[in-house]
Amino acid sequence: MTGQHQTPSSGQQDSPEFKSELLALIPFLRAFARSLTGNQDAADDLAQETLVKAWQSRSTFTPGTNLKAWLFTILRNQFYSDRRRAWRQTPWDQDAAERLPGTSQDQAWSADLSDTARALRQLPDEQREALILVGAGGFSYADAAAICHCAVAL
Amino acid sequence: MSGVRAQRTENLTKDDDPDRDKTRGIRARQRAIGRELRRMYDGVVSEAVPDEFLDLLRQIDDADDAGDKPAEKKS
Repeated sequence: MTGQHQTPSSGQQDSPEFKSELLALIPFLRAFARSLTGNQDAADDLAQETLVKAWQSRSTFTPGTNLKAWLFTILRNQFYSDRRRAWRQTPWDQDAAERLPGTSQDQAWSADLSDTARALRQLPDEQREALILVGAGGFSYADAAAICHCAVAL
Repeated sequence: MSGVRAQRTENLTKDDDPDRDKTRGIRARQRAIGRELRRMYDGVVSEAVPDEFLDLLRQIDDADDAGDKPAEKKS
């Protein structure tokens, strides 16, 4: 008998297909997370949290719309909510952060990265996000604005 | 107010306009940050996906297999 199940187009994603699309977008999630955090471990944690949240919320994704933008929105929200929590819990200790050990490769990476990350941190949030999403991520201004929940400013 | 604007216009004709130099400096700096950012972003995109991500998706798979059973309680 057919017809007793709802089709996936009713808003419920076909799971294997959704998962393979998630898999294909992991590199971009990692890159966006790295741009926001400036730190490889924190970025990968953030990207993984995003994957789990995306999976749990997959019924709210509208098939045929921009999955990458949807994922970036989840990641961005997670980043800011983690950051607010971190600021409440522990004040930033630059000296302690610099004493943390790392492999020489990591150090080369993070020394290189920290210049960019430091420069990025000096920008207002919306300028930093525009640079990341439009300049590096290749998003349109409209998509970038949707991800950041803000109007397109010209 | 118009006096300020007039002075700015006058300044723009001079080579040493501090506002224009400042704007140029900011733009140049943002371009440099943008280039560096794109280099970093593209670098991460081209990295191999770490195993922990694949493991995570596999775990989601397992949870899903359990959840797909007909006896699953619907909310």
